[in-house]
Amino acid sequence: MNFKQSQTAAYFFLAPAMSAIFVFFFLPVIAAFIMSFTDFDIYALGDLGSVRFVWFNNYIKLFDDPLFFTALKNTFYFVIVAAPLSIGVSLGAALLLNSKLVKFKAIFRLSYFIPVVTTLVAVAIVWRFIYHPKFGIINYILSLIGIAPVDWLGDTTTAMPAIILMSVWKSFGYNMIIFIAGLQNIPEDLYEAASIEGASGWQKFKSITIPMLAPTTIFISLITMIGYFQFFAEPYIMTQGGPLNSTLSVVQYMYQEGFRWWNMGYSASIAFVFFFIIMIGTLIQLKIQKSTE
Amino acid sequence: MIKKILIYSFLIITSILTLIPFMWMIGASFMFDGKASVFPPIFLPDPFTLTQYQILFERLNVWRNFFNSLLLSTIVTLLYITFTSMAGYAFAKYRFAGKKVLFNLLLSSMIIPSQVTMLPLFLLLKSLGFINTYMAIIIPGLANIFGIFLIRQYCISIPDSLIEAARMDGATDFQIYRKVILPLAIPILVTLAIFSFLGTWNDFLWPLIALTDDSMYTLPVALANLMLEHTKDPELMMAGSVVTIIPVIIVFLALQKYYIKGIMMGSVKE
Repeated sequence: MNFKQSQTAAYFFLAPAMSAIFVFFFLPVIAAFIMSFTDFDIYALGDLGSVRFVWFNNYIKLFDDPLFFTALKNTFYFVIVAAPLSIGVSLGAALLLNSKLVKFKAIFRLSYFIPVVTTLVAVAIVWRFIYHPKFGIINYILSLIGIAPVDWLGDTTTAMPAIILMSVWKSFGYNMIIFIAGLQNIPEDLYEAASIEGASGWQKFKSITIPMLAPTTIFISLITMIGYFQFFAEPYIMTQGGPLNSTLSVVQYMYQEGFRWWNMGYSASIAFVFFFIIMIGTLIQLKIQKSTE
Repeated sequence: MIKKILIYSFLIITSILTLIPFMWMIGASFMFDGKASVFPPIFLPDPFTLTQYQILFERLNVWRNFFNSLLLSTIVTLLYITFTSMAGYAFAKYRFAGKKVLFNLLLSSMIIPSQVTMLPLFLLLKSLGFINTYMAIIIPGLANIFGIFLIRQYCISIPDSLIEAARMDGATDFQIYRKVILPLAIPILVTLAIFSFLGTWNDFLWPLIALTDDSMYTLPVALANLMLEHTKDPELMMAGSVVTIIPVIIVFLALQKYYIKGIMMGSVKE
């Protein structure tokens, strides 16, 4: 087959997916970027002619917007606490399930993994009741060890930790699977050699498991960070961003500005700051990855 | 021996803790109003009742939302698999002008979160008259870069000799795709189909934006809406959660192997 024939066939196969991606992904990304420099609002929905370029005004306004900073702070709080916690729990679970002592691995793996596939909205609703100050299971368990009931979702100091706990529960199974795959890729003879030289379990973990898992861990940190950064349904369902905006997330704020108040120009600028932060985070992780190779 | 007992008890306790929310959800969904709001919490319904499910399906018309979710997830999955497999195959096995540029463009675009596109996408679909129709959900789900790359990766491992042999026998390019590539790619197609089905079923933010009518809502949106009116009805809300979760658990359990393999392939983005 010559180049020309190959090209014709290729374009035929690429056309459907590429048109969809260009029209419904790339075009909107560019449009959103342009929009972020305009005053696109509810009036513009009716009359596109009323849209005006305001250049950097949306971004300037953003840096003066206390609610945006609250959302940003909450999102960072969520990512910085939940991501390492989730990674730690997944690694622990993976190590246990990879242990030669354990049988019935499939059953344990399945029960840890089930929350991952379930619908976030549905489990967030379940957890709302689990955190119920009067009848919730969490407060019941705590009452067994003599701790007084806590209004988890109704208190500004506990609402975010409560959402974090739920999110770690929801997603640690996913990373656990990747860690198990990573652990199984570590050659067995490394451990055998270390045993012969009299290394303890902890020494083996520290100088074989951890370094050998580094690429997996970086990959997991990256996807966990990106995934958590986009959190939206958890506060939307469990707290509506409250109490006193203590759980308002960036995506939620973007949604409110864009689709509740129809300040779409402003909302687009939030979207791009959000994108920028994710990009910086990704570049940092990739840099770390390069330096470990 | 002691170590073994310790590990097992730890595994059993943590497994139960992980599953407790589901046990309570299922138990409470079969209780009469008010029976789940008790201290200490109970898990077994006494007496057992289907009232909550009756209210959901007969009075609140949740079957309609169930149907929307099922139909949309199925349609999106079928189209998604078709679109991405064609493109992934083209990237793996054909030469064409602009291949490298296009590939790199797609690769670097994977970093763009979908939330960035939502505002213009909404306006675009609105101008086409698609907001609050099935099209609003189907169109953005047609293809994504991640799927194309996963298929490409898989197709690269298919030997060229198979394709050449088919071509010698007079097969057209489309016949080769249809009769040689697709059958060989079934494992990866199943994996992507599960991701797509579960992703569409579980999605919340976009359907919340793009669907505006009770009758058009998918289950998660309908459920979130119901929650606002029934904050004090855990039994009803748990029945709603069961209805939403059970289908995804069934799909997952039936095709577990492919799902887990998909994650293990190492680069799966939710």
